[in-house]
Amino acid sequence: MRLTAWLASRLLRLLLVLLSVAAVSFGLMMLSPIDPVDAYLGPQMAQVSPEQRTLIAERWGFNAPASVQFHHWLQQLLSGELGWSHIYNQPVSDVINQRFQRSFFLLLSAWLLSLILGVVLGIAAGSKEGSLLDRLISGYAYITASTPTFWLAMLALLLFSVTLGWTPTCCAGPTGVLSQEVTLLTQLHHLLLPTLTLALLGVATITLHTRAKMAAFMRSDTALHAFAQGASRFDIAWRHGLRHASLPAVTLAFASLGELFGGSLLVEQVFAYPGLGQATVAAGLRSDVPLLLAIALFTALFVSVGNLIADGLYQWADPRIARDRTNE
Amino acid sequence: MLTIDRLTLQLPYYPRWWRREWTTCIESLSLHLPPGEVHAVVGASGAGKSLLAYAIMGLLPQAARVAGELRFQGEDLTPARQRQLRGHQLALIPQSLNALDPLARSQHQVRWAAQRAGFGRSAAHQRADELLSRYQLSHASTHYPHELSGGMARRVLIAMAQVSNARLVIADEPSVGLDPNQRDRVLAALKAIALEGKAVMLITHDLRHALTIADRVSVIRQGQALETAPAQAFQGQGEQLMSCYARDLWQALPDNAFSTHPFHPTHQEPALA
Repeated sequence: MRLTAWLASRLLRLLLVLLSVAAVSFGLMMLSPIDPVDAYLGPQMAQVSPEQRTLIAERWGFNAPASVQFHHWLQQLLSGELGWSHIYNQPVSDVINQRFQRSFFLLLSAWLLSLILGVVLGIAAGSKEGSLLDRLISGYAYITASTPTFWLAMLALLLFSVTLGWTPTCCAGPTGVLSQEVTLLTQLHHLLLPTLTLALLGVATITLHTRAKMAAFMRSDTALHAFAQGASRFDIAWRHGLRHASLPAVTLAFASLGELFGGSLLVEQVFAYPGLGQATVAAGLRSDVPLLLAIALFTALFVSVGNLIADGLYQWADPRIARDRTNE
Repeated sequence: MLTIDRLTLQLPYYPRWWRREWTTCIESLSLHLPPGEVHAVVGASGAGKSLLAYAIMGLLPQAARVAGELRFQGEDLTPARQRQLRGHQLALIPQSLNALDPLARSQHQVRWAAQRAGFGRSAAHQRADELLSRYQLSHASTHYPHELSGGMARRVLIAMAQVSNARLVIADEPSVGLDPNQRDRVLAALKAIALEGKAVMLITHDLRHALTIADRVSVIRQGQALETAPAQAFQGQGEQLMSCYARDLWQALPDNAFSTHPFHPTHQEPALA
């Protein structure tokens, strides 16, 4: 009963967030210098007379006040009609659907990899503060944390694809092959480098947070008591530390879905991987307003759901929080 | 069982950035704990009682400088031997209730202690259940520390120190913050441990209640053992006590004269604490 009430309140909040994102991004679009008629016409702009342009604008309702336009757009949105993407010449929902499927594996594998690696490295470093291992891992984490994504992606591409030739240089499959004919193995081969690049950056923050939490835990009364029971450092890290340190790691991992998505934007661009990130850049550069708005909404949904999960998990992992909630 | 011979402990501090100086926390302290006895170590806060416990367990910070001798069952208690005996032969009941892992259930905490003491998985499980029921905690075995009362948490800590049949149990302020009923239960549990033939070191500032179970009492002040006297010496006006401080401590108790000695104005804190 409490769970449903909690879930209902969170979903209501989610709806409000989405509405605000819709309003803000719509407002930004209205304020942007992009002229929707020019954007629609594209290169044919020169062939259209000013009279025809006013006709188009009138037919599309651009003369109406912004609030009416927003209302109209929102109505379309609620009926599931996201509009037509002129750069891909497809309904926006189809574009997002296809692109997200490709990006999903990239995001998921990078996310899992950075979470697992980050927690393991963070615990290893934090369990003995100041040790050689700690200094090596923190040094590595500080360096990667301060590395720009696109630069790392370009370096990786230069080294592994161009110089060593181990991985393909671009795309989700070999050029000249239909996407249906690309085998799973080839797909994974194409995913390898983008995933690793994206994961490498997520690893750093998770490692540093986990390490800090772990180091603080090793100085706590609980850890001292465990030492008094004759426990080894490894035993303490495994039995107590993992649970204590995974709390911030998991929250951080879910809360940083936005950053992950932002990173994928750059990585997909550098590796020419045809995912949602690349579509976002294309939509922005080539003024595909319906696609850009839809992606903004979709991203907001994606990140909000991530935060929702983080909240839920936190309660599951820390009994003190769960108890507080039932006392309400 | 345990002999401490002229133990001196110094910890570093840094008065300015690059200067290191040493503060002496325990100075030339000697004690002897025979098996089957409760030995109370009484002193004010900051007298070095807890550090004494950590020195015996080998849990001091790395920077600590230790001199003097520790002997356990006739052999030198070296750092390597301390590591080996911790949790097996030496057990500590810590002062802070934060010593319990806030994210683990009582049964798990006790079971892990048993596994660390060398029990196998299922044997440890059994041992944990056995100890929880011995300390009337069976109903709380699935509780997390924040769901336990102070007395219950204290008993979980005692149960954890009991998993291994350790020969020496050091209890650091075990009765702090407990109501009289809970306190008596905790003290009775410690007395029972001593009656099994083990040595119990009861570290406390509460002389009055320590005397109810202690066989001998050492009074510690600023890291020095002023006097070790049998518990019976604490009676009457304290005529059998040798040091002024111990006598003042005894006199200052509410049950006695409740007096503070005019020429030892600084000695009154322990009784108030």
